[in-house]
Amino acid sequence: MRRHHPGRLLMEALSRRRFMTGAAAVGVSFAALPKGVLAAEEPKLNFYNWDTYIGETTLADFKEATGIEVSMSLFADNAELFARFKEGNPGFDVIVPTNDYAERMIKAGILEELDHSKIPNMKNLAPAFQDAAFDPGRKHTMPYMWGTMGLGYRKSKVDGVPGSWKAVLESDKYKGRIALLSEGRTMLGMAAKYLGYSLNTGKAEEIKAAEELLIKQKPNIKVFAQDNGQDLLLSGEVDITVEWNGDILQVMAEDDDLSYVVPQEGSLLWQDTLCIPKGAPHPDNAHKFINYILDAKAGAAIADFIQYATPNAAARKLLGPDYNNNPAIFPTDETIARCEPQTYQGEAVQRLYEEAWTRVQAA
Amino acid sequence: MENWRKHPLVFWAFSLPPSFWLVFFFLVPLTLVWGYSFSEKRGIIGTELTFTLDNYLRALEPIYLEILWKSLGMAAAATAICLVVGYPVAFAIAFASERLKPWLLLLVILPFWINILIRTYALIAVFRTRGYANFAYEDLWNAANWVLNTVGLGQLQLIGERFEPMALLYNNAAVVAGIVYAFFPFMVLPLYANIEKLDRSFMEASLDLGAGHWRTFFSVVFPLTWHGALSGIVIVFIPALGAFFIPELLGGTDSQMIGNVIERQFKSANDWPFGAALSFLLMYATFFALALRALVAGRKGGGALDA
Repeated sequence: MRRHHPGRLLMEALSRRRFMTGAAAVGVSFAALPKGVLAAEEPKLNFYNWDTYIGETTLADFKEATGIEVSMSLFADNAELFARFKEGNPGFDVIVPTNDYAERMIKAGILEELDHSKIPNMKNLAPAFQDAAFDPGRKHTMPYMWGTMGLGYRKSKVDGVPGSWKAVLESDKYKGRIALLSEGRTMLGMAAKYLGYSLNTGKAEEIKAAEELLIKQKPNIKVFAQDNGQDLLLSGEVDITVEWNGDILQVMAEDDDLSYVVPQEGSLLWQDTLCIPKGAPHPDNAHKFINYILDAKAGAAIADFIQYATPNAAARKLLGPDYNNNPAIFPTDETIARCEPQTYQGEAVQRLYEEAWTRVQAA
Repeated sequence: MENWRKHPLVFWAFSLPPSFWLVFFFLVPLTLVWGYSFSEKRGIIGTELTFTLDNYLRALEPIYLEILWKSLGMAAAATAICLVVGYPVAFAIAFASERLKPWLLLLVILPFWINILIRTYALIAVFRTRGYANFAYEDLWNAANWVLNTVGLGQLQLIGERFEPMALLYNNAAVVAGIVYAFFPFMVLPLYANIEKLDRSFMEASLDLGAGHWRTFFSVVFPLTWHGALSGIVIVFIPALGAFFIPELLGGTDSQMIGNVIERQFKSANDWPFGAALSFLLMYATFFALALRALVAGRKGGGALDA
């Protein structure tokens, strides 16, 4: 849930470049189909992606390179993506779940195994991304983009750099000007992290402590934002918000008074992945597409446009210091060391989190 | 009434599409969800029909009943506002000139042409701290301040030292306002249909015989049009009770309604059986309300349920 809620486009001026991406994507999917196909698979691909999460011309460039027509559909959050695949693949070839949901989907047997021989560009990935704890050997997933969760804030309204989660989780200093994220599992995980536990804790008493912390803090919180914390920040509705780094980066580009920090207690490290779901109608094209995205030039174009951290080392070499040295895009190694990825802990633990979140909201 | 017996083929030809629709797009999905409510989760994506009552028992835990109770309150408040505002509006339309009437009706129906989700987002732009409502309020405040300063009362700061925007968004009042905004036409239309049918001579008689306007309304008009009100109440209250994206978008930290809990069961919680049980709990409550309505209406007016 780190991209824009679908309504965002409606709320903001339509002249922004991100609207143009959408328009371009629509244009691409309506373009005429090439006639006389010789390949075994029809030259089509159904791509299920987050909103504003692909390069400006990536899909058109891919078509030019391979003749394959990409039709892109958008999902708003991982839960929606997962719910749509529960009862079978609705017809998609490539999907982009975040690591914890990718893990859940692997365990549920929803994802196809990747044929690494068809993805030679895997060599472009930085060593740290050649393997993944949630997907040993990268059998099912290729990394797309990665980042952190942290605090977005308005510099003129916040006292210095809010370097601790305390600012939003256990303090009335910014009473009525705080937005938390309306994602129970993640938000309770952050509270657990602040309390010194793992953000993946499966212990009932630690989840309970996180729940109580949030309930105690509720009077100071203005809203549990639907992943639109960046909009609330930009419009002056709140002065400090829990958000994903990419979202805050996008509004930082529009307002110099905004900034982003990963609190000292550590935070969540996320990674979005490219996967082929079982039952994909065009698995061969899907491999070609994933390989194309991992290409140095194509990967650089995407990263440059959406301003997220790419795991593609070859692509990074093509980009300038503005991108590569931006601390909001690439956290320092020392920051990364304090963070941990959110992992899938099984359905029973998931239920503990969900029930705790229901109680937090009802309190 | 015996005509269809003479032309059975025509009867079947006409009744087949709606029957098909009813069975495949209403009864079958509903039965599936009903089945889920008696199922248990198996693994990550599986469910098994075990005829368990655990989902219902869990749905009856105090926490969910509290949320349900709160949702009932919010839905009732929104319905009451729709009714109180809807009556005069329906009246005005029914008594407008024939030339004006279609235009007024159009104004009520027009919002339907825009998706409700989009209209809810539009409400955010109106209500937020730097939104249109507060802009207007700020202009008024500045004007008042200017007047006070001009007449020499500026030092007293009668309206505060400086402009403070109202907190219109992210609270329960915003949710109720959003629900009223979304479902208002559902109240006005049945009310209008009933008031339109009302024989004007009753009102003239009442007024001629010396009853005032209030008395006429409560003793004559209301008893003759309250079926419309009842229909309006039912079709506003039921969807209001299940609202989920309105509290999600306009609500504050304690605006969770039962619809939000149900939505989460089908999404992040991945617990369809429990979500189904909560949904059906609402459904049973709705059936109960409808049965009650039929009973009350039957007692009053010989069973005629005109909307």
